[in-house]
Amino acid sequence: MTTPLLTVRDLSVQFHGNRVASALNQVSFELGQDEVLGLLGESGSGKSVTLRTLLRLHPARSTRIQGEIRVGGQDVLALKGRALDLYRGGTVSMVFQEPGLAFDPVYTIGRQITEAIRAHESIDARSAAARALQMLEMVQIPQARRRFDAYPHELSGGMRQRAMIALALACKPKLLLADEPTTALDATVQIQILLLLRELQRETGMSVIFVTHDIGAAVEVADRIAVMYAGRIVEQQPVDRIVHTPRHPYTEGLLAATVGPEHRGQPLRAIPGSPPDLAALPPGCSFAPRCAYVSEQCRRDRPPLLAADDQALACWHPVRGLVEAA
Amino acid sequence: MFAYILKRLIYAIPIALSVTVVSFILVYLAPGDPLSAIAPADAPEEVIIALRSAYGLDQPVPVQYGLWLMRAVQGDLGLSIATGREVTSEVMRAVGNTLLLAGFAALIGVIAGCLFGALAGYRHGSWIDRIATALSVIGVSIPHYWLGLVLTILFSIWRPWFPAMGAGPGGSSEWLWDLEHFRYLVLPAVTLSVIPMGIITRTVRALVADMLGQEFVSALRARGLSGVAVFRHVAKNTAPTVLAVAGLQIGYLMGGSILVETVFAWPGTGFLLNTAIFQRDIPLLQGTILVLCMFFVVLNLLVDILQPMIDPRMGRA
Repeated sequence: MTTPLLTVRDLSVQFHGNRVASALNQVSFELGQDEVLGLLGESGSGKSVTLRTLLRLHPARSTRIQGEIRVGGQDVLALKGRALDLYRGGTVSMVFQEPGLAFDPVYTIGRQITEAIRAHESIDARSAAARALQMLEMVQIPQARRRFDAYPHELSGGMRQRAMIALALACKPKLLLADEPTTALDATVQIQILLLLRELQRETGMSVIFVTHDIGAAVEVADRIAVMYAGRIVEQQPVDRIVHTPRHPYTEGLLAATVGPEHRGQPLRAIPGSPPDLAALPPGCSFAPRCAYVSEQCRRDRPPLLAADDQALACWHPVRGLVEAA
Repeated sequence: MFAYILKRLIYAIPIALSVTVVSFILVYLAPGDPLSAIAPADAPEEVIIALRSAYGLDQPVPVQYGLWLMRAVQGDLGLSIATGREVTSEVMRAVGNTLLLAGFAALIGVIAGCLFGALAGYRHGSWIDRIATALSVIGVSIPHYWLGLVLTILFSIWRPWFPAMGAGPGGSSEWLWDLEHFRYLVLPAVTLSVIPMGIITRTVRALVADMLGQEFVSALRARGLSGVAVFRHVAKNTAPTVLAVAGLQIGYLMGGSILVETVFAWPGTGFLLNTAIFQRDIPLLQGTILVLCMFFVVLNLLVDILQPMIDPRMGRA
């Protein structure tokens, strides 16, 4: 890989409230130009926290961030003031899970996109509005001119998410963060949005981090998938391989818990138990209490994330060893 | 939009009518005979009867109400029993003075309330928040006639910076926009502003703190909008609610200043109402109450019309 666009090294995030919750624990990964990374995991595994940390959206007073984030050579955690504003939305932008909640309800869609463009470029209002309209057309919103003057509550969910994508791409970011962009939508609309995202990614050549708990959606858009559990990346593989040769017991469990036509008539195989309390993580492997292959070592020592070629794994007893399949 | 305004206007009519009924009837429920204020205690029976029919007090109450309403609609609220002057002009002069006082108090209350509230909301849980919250609780709890007396002692007796009584040279009729008259306005206006300031501070604080935790504010930051730009969005989202609360408070200011106006001898509606009550001056009392109630109706109407102009999700239906 050439110099990666995004480097995350030993990133840890703690939220300080009544208790200290360790939402991210020494997460490291890289992302190349033009690459789509799928971040997979269940609720509370740290997917969204990772994205929000990349944009520095957590309240500074109650959040402790350690580690390093670099985007195109920029030290993200050191950004301040105007430089941070320009980075947000300009270099890295985000599509939120609930498009209904992510727009300001009292401004029109067009006005919000125009405003975002003008926050990043010295451009007159008329040209900015023209470009905003162009963006709405690019995300295939029918009757874009009419929607331009619509308020967010006047659009359907799918339409709103398209507008959200238009807004996110308006300043030509190098990296797009998509935080479960299809979770809040109807099944048929989900597919349209996924296809749109994939198409736009190919057209613009931007990199994308796509967060989801839906393996099907991840497989549809991602080049590579990283599986997160309890604030850690536990496994990473190119998408075509992870489906067939999962190595981490958790990944295996996730894959087994998906439903397909071939599973008709069989009971759904769920992973037993629930994710650990982030304020009281066990000393060893976080997945140990739910794991079928658990040993004494798992409960005692935390398995390190070992990387080899284009894959990585943190497990003492992988379903398949790294070397064996490589 | 036009249809919406029209609908609101039509809704206001039955409210206004019931207001006239209440302001007319309430006065009759109060004890005391208005004639006792003008007729000598030992007046002969025939004089009392003559006076009674002269003021129309011998008619049945519904008839009195009907006649009163007919004239009120034409702007004639009758003659004051105590002074014999026209109630309409008396009330209007007092209304002018009260509006001046209430307007200035509202200005202080709304500006300071929004400022403190926004600061406290942005610094939720910090010492600024605690001070603002404490001030607003104190502001709402302190009886304002007491505060008026304390302010008078402090700033017109101990440090004689501001006059303590009246509306300046020329009395109630000759208000001028100069420093001399303005100084008379300061103490009563500050006293009056404390309650709305407290209420608006609390409202704005809660709204802003809630707003800042919402997803769309994160999304605005994620777009790279500056702090000032984000604040503009927050302000516009909180505006409809703040407007509704402020409108109600301004309504209270218009009529709720009996005590403060009496403490500072400010020649407004509260002062007038006080006088009318003690003199059993029924036409004056009814007229003043009616005009004050109409303020509330009009103010609420204004708020109803303004709100959907700011927040497109409201109204329209």
